Amino acid sequence: MGQDRRGFLKLAGLAAVCATARESLTRLAGAAETEPRSSAKAPKVRWAMVVDPRRCLEQESCTACIDACDHAHNIPAFTNPRHEVKWIWKTRFDEAFPDQDSRYIDPALTSEPVLALCNHCDNPPCVRVCPTQATWKRDDGIVAMDWHRCIGCRYCMAACPYGSRSFNWEDPRPHIAHEDPDFPTRTKGVVEKCTFCDERIDRGELPACVVACKAKALVFGDLNDPDSEVRRLLRTRFALRRRAGLGTQPEVFYLV
Amino acid sequence: MRDRGRIITGLAVFVAVALAPVWQAALHGAARRPDPKIVTTAKQCVEPTAAMRRDHMELLNAWRDTVVRRGQRTYVAADGKTVTMSLTGTCMKCHPNKKEFCDACHNYLAVSPYCWECHIEPKEKS
Repeated sequence: MGQDRRGFLKLAGLAAVCATARESLTRLAGAAETEPRSSAKAPKVRWAMVVDPRRCLEQESCTACIDACDHAHNIPAFTNPRHEVKWIWKTRFDEAFPDQDSRYIDPALTSEPVLALCNHCDNPPCVRVCPTQATWKRDDGIVAMDWHRCIGCRYCMAACPYGSRSFNWEDPRPHIAHEDPDFPTRTKGVVEKCTFCDERIDRGELPACVVACKAKALVFGDLNDPDSEVRRLLRTRFALRRRAGLGTQPEVFYLV
Repeated sequence: MRDRGRIITGLAVFVAVALAPVWQAALHGAARRPDPKIVTTAKQCVEPTAAMRRDHMELLNAWRDTVVRRGQRTYVAADGKTVTMSLTGTCMKCHPNKKEFCDACHNYLAVSPYCWECHIEPKEKS
């Protein structure tokens, strides 16, 4: 039986498919097998913070947490208000909770400023947009920053719905009141934000703001531990999350 | 070869400029090898001196990534000794003389690591 060109090409194509299919099929099967295994590995710790605004308001015009944070992280105080660098700050209630109908909520709560900080979202939009992975979510839930890698594109600032990120429009060094040599400064052109004090947590300490708060209005703990203080508070009291409807899953809770 | 004079002068100038490093070295003596000053009384660095001299940049890079990206802050040296991975907290505690230690070689080799744009260097007398 003579082999024509058409038949030969068909056979050759079939042989090529058979030769490569096995490997790609096993690879596909392998990927399907490993995927659920890695996602099933539950993280041990999930850090979160509970803010009690009523306790905070007991200490009138107190800025202990903000000062402690500024000092611990060499945060510059730029004179131009548009260049302000904020890690933890006070903001108006209706700005912190714009989707909250606050007409009939206790005015003692809504007429006073409320503490705002990075929410360390479970679904952080800043992490999705960062082109260099300079910001990423750690296994313990902290949305961390690697300032070595930040190229200052400010995508994360556009993505963050809470305004938790600040950009160094100028060299921060001359604007730092007391330099702490144990913590780096940033340079011009780098984005910064609250890191939940990951350097202190890695040493087994609490965040600087939590330690500094005299009113015990900031509670820090593990959401995965049902017996933790944060879980106890969230069980016994109702708590708000900032702009929860956006689906970012913020992990800073505000007791009402 | 009407322009013999011009050509030879031009060549001479070219050769002189091209060989500038050679006659500069002959005139002023070759640049002296830097001698970084070690002020610590500790007998050994994190790893043996030769390894540190050769690979300190790789070590510091690895420290940086391990601390920042993985949150692990303790380094186990080849001999089993453990140290905290920190530029300002560990390295500069033994080598507070940045100008005579770090800069001595870095200036000689014209490398400018950007560590100190963010990390705060130890206070030195002038």
